Amino acid sequence: MGRAISLVENGAESAEIILASLDEDLISQATILGITGPPGAGKSTLTNGIISQLRQSRKRIGIVAVDPSSPISGGAILGDRIRMMQHATDQDVVMRSMATRGRLGGLCATAGAAVRIMASCGCSTIIIETVGVGQSEMDIISLADITLLVLAPGLGDDIQAMKAGLLEVADILVVNKADCRGADTLAMDLEAVTRKGSAEPTQVCMTVATEGKGIAELLERIDTLDSAHRDSGERQKRRRGAHDQEVLDWCLEILRPTLKSEITKRKLPLLGDPRRKAKEILQEQ
Amino acid sequence: MGTAQRNRVLIGKPGLDGHDRGAKFIAQALRDAGFEVVYTGIRRSPEEIAAAAVQEDVAAVGLSSLSGAHMRLFPAVVEALKKAGAPDIPVLGGGVIPEEDIVALKEAGIVEIFTPGTPIDTIISAYRAACEKQPPG
Ligand SMILES: Nc1nc2c(ncn2[C@@H]2O[C@H](COP(=O)(O)OP(=O)(O)OP(=O)(O)O)[C@@H](O)[C@H]2O)c(=O)[nH]1
Ligand SMILES: [Mg+2]
Repeated sequence: MGRAISLVENGAESAEIILASLDEDLISQATILGITGPPGAGKSTLTNGIISQLRQSRKRIGIVAVDPSSPISGGAILGDRIRMMQHATDQDVVMRSMATRGRLGGLCATAGAAVRIMASCGCSTIIIETVGVGQSEMDIISLADITLLVLAPGLGDDIQAMKAGLLEVADILVVNKADCRGADTLAMDLEAVTRKGSAEPTQVCMTVATEGKGIAELLERIDTLDSAHRDSGERQKRRRGAHDQEVLDWCLEILRPTLKSEITKRKLPLLGDPRRKAKEILQEQ
Repeated sequence: MGTAQRNRVLIGKPGLDGHDRGAKFIAQALRDAGFEVVYTGIRRSPEEIAAAAVQEDVAAVGLSSLSGAHMRLFPAVVEALKKAGAPDIPVLGGGVIPEEDIVALKEAGIVEIFTPGTPIDTIISAYRAACEKQPPG
């Protein structure tokens, strides 16, 4: 499975054969859980706690953990595994770390493929962990059926100042590090913010990920919400959105090299409107 | 393409001692040289490291040890990789390792050994060379 994901990530031709042979039923049944939030909020530790809980019911679980690539060297340190190593030798916990590799949309495409490969291999829950900072990281969250935004006290993130989009992507807000000072205040502030202007305010859960506290309750809420979304058609709507986004990403991935060489080849004059030149090139393709 | 795959390595620290300065230093140096480094942290068993290396499909595994248990732990990772069905993943190691141990470790299948005096450029080149030997992913 690791190799299959690599092939897709590196754009190998043989990846197509793998992706064409996946089990669509399993993919449509699996629950894709997005976990995002600022660096250090406890996303990986919480993921570890969720894995422990879900493994009690013998479910197979997949994790795609995305970390940013260094814009300078192109390298990356993928450190989310540190918090989940207790499950390393569990055959039914399948994890893949992924670097953003500075891709614009392509990341969504590869992460989506990894999720489908995992689902097709029998993972009934797949968790996508990503830092809620950059746009490409946030785009990945569109792949999820349910998204958790993990926050923690003392991270210096003023809620009022927090990027509006970050709160909006969340289906459930998690105040982690509830054992630390300021957690109650943070939770109350969040509730106040989400209640403003919404008939159905986003739920706020408190957890101590390091001790596994609050995770059972969190999973119950996730389950309830997931069932509701399955019944109401919300889940289907999101899958449709994610699907179309992925197709668009692949279009751009595939077109990029062709267009790039086409543009170089033409040695276009420096003067003139680039937008019009782009339209001309596209029309001829 | 297939070349990007050769940039993926795993850095881990088997054994019980709790210092990861060396491992972190190598991880950062490799990142700055353009590698994608899966970092698994301290106190890992050889089996955990091998399982992670297989799932992450890395081209090489780097180990760090300060406790003097390298003679047992480094070969144990080589064995664990074999058992996990990935005998081709080269293992490199670093730490305070006496000259006479280096020969024995290389015989046990560790492809390179670094000591505190090894220049970082030498280490990076060695990882690059080890990754190149892997069949393209
Ligand atoms: N006190 C306390 N510490 C916690 C809790 N959860 C996580 N931590 C600590 O917070 C630190 C960061 O945890 P991670 O799980 O790595 O956070 P993350 O959000 O995944 O971080 P990045 O992946 O680097 O963005 C670690 O030192 C954890 O031990 C908690 O509930 N209480
Ligand atoms: Mg993390």
